[in-house]
Amino acid sequence: MFPFSFEWIWDVGHMVFMGGLWYALTIIGLGMTYCILKAVVDTMQGKGGYHH
Amino acid sequence: MDSALIPDGVKRCSFGKFAIGIIIVGGVLLWGVYAMLLVWLKGLNQTNMNDYYGFALWIWADLGVIALGGGAFFTGLLRYIIGKNELKNIINCAVLIGFICYSSALLILAIDIGQPLRGWFIFWHANVHSMLTEVAFCLSCYFAVLTIEYIPLILENRQLNKVPFFHNLAHNMHEVMAIFAATGAFLSFFHQGSLGGVAGVLFGRPFAFREGIFIWPWTFFLFTWSAAAYGPCFTLFVTRLMEKISGKKLVKQNVIDLLAKISGWTMGTYLIAKIIDTWYWAATTAPSMGFNLIDFYSNNPFYGIWILIAEIVVCGVIPAAILLTPKGRSNPTLLFTAVSLACIGVLLNRWVMVVQVMAVPVMTFESWVMYIPSWQEVATTILPVAYGIILVMISFRYLPIFPQERELNP
Repeated sequence: MFPFSFEWIWDVGHMVFMGGLWYALTIIGLGMTYCILKAVVDTMQGKGGYHH
Repeated sequence: MDSALIPDGVKRCSFGKFAIGIIIVGGVLLWGVYAMLLVWLKGLNQTNMNDYYGFALWIWADLGVIALGGGAFFTGLLRYIIGKNELKNIINCAVLIGFICYSSALLILAIDIGQPLRGWFIFWHANVHSMLTEVAFCLSCYFAVLTIEYIPLILENRQLNKVPFFHNLAHNMHEVMAIFAATGAFLSFFHQGSLGGVAGVLFGRPFAFREGIFIWPWTFFLFTWSAAAYGPCFTLFVTRLMEKISGKKLVKQNVIDLLAKISGWTMGTYLIAKIIDTWYWAATTAPSMGFNLIDFYSNNPFYGIWILIAEIVVCGVIPAAILLTPKGRSNPTLLFTAVSLACIGVLLNRWVMVVQVMAVPVMTFESWVMYIPSWQEVATTILPVAYGIILVMISFRYLPIFPQERELNP
């Protein structure tokens, strides 16, 4: 999973597999970080009253 | 008692009735948990798996729920990427079903691997030459995506939504949901496909082996295609079931009609590809490996040619024909029959591609052994069904799953 794992090899297989995994995890992580940070900022600005 | 938690403007049964339902299904759930603990504490000797059935009831259930849960990624793709806005009225239900199916799949895997404490090895010490590694990666990541898609629904609960931070978080998550939906579709394409690919690359198993493109056998594409076709049928099946049980109309007919029509076309095109694949395999691939079609369906007490006809014709062509005709889609009984048959069809396909594949004798000295699952296997397979029913009951009661419910039930 990581280059410091003992069985890691810098070959196409590892780069494609792990590249795909880290690509997906990055999108999920960045997406959620954006949502949480924006929610904090919005809340501090007083948005989000119960009006729906 | 819990009326403050129930969404505005909708009616639900009394809390007592709801609690009795939960207790009854909870009893079944506890039976499954007991069997699960037996398997974890005593090991896989609690199952009837053997050398012929290394893949058995659990892996079938795994692939089955993953296919049925395919409605979430395909409906999400249609709603957020292709822009079929009418589907916003059924997407919550699809997400809920997807979340249940994928969490169930992970639970079954946790039981099946025998040593759950070493479950993380598949990530840490990944075998990059294994399609199942890709499945494990995509399955886990897609479950994370489904959780992200389910969280805003929870946050829209009447009481939680009053908390400004939760309200803002749900709103922001909805705004970027297209990105998560696209990631989910990408992940689903690969793990649904790789589950089929696992069977197709078994060159020592002529019943499963298929040719294909580059490293992907045809079964890779057929599995993804079938999940996209049959998954929405399960969404429609559960929606209709919830309507019958609650005695309410929950989704407008035009939304049901649109999803059923798309599902019908996807199923129709899938079946054409599946029939061509089966024909080519029976006429060319299997004979080149020394087998005739009938060899796979004879000399055993159970697996006759009926299973092929049931999968492709009865539970494939017939429901597809119903879903493709406006009259079939507008008749509630026909529609329910079609989506029920479709669900059975995809489950039958996964059984054939997982269990029958391993059982068909390859060597002349092998015999066709039959398999009856142990009660522990049955109980642990029913466990996720009970869990799913409980989560559907709780979600339907406390979360705004169906946006059109209030309008349809004034």
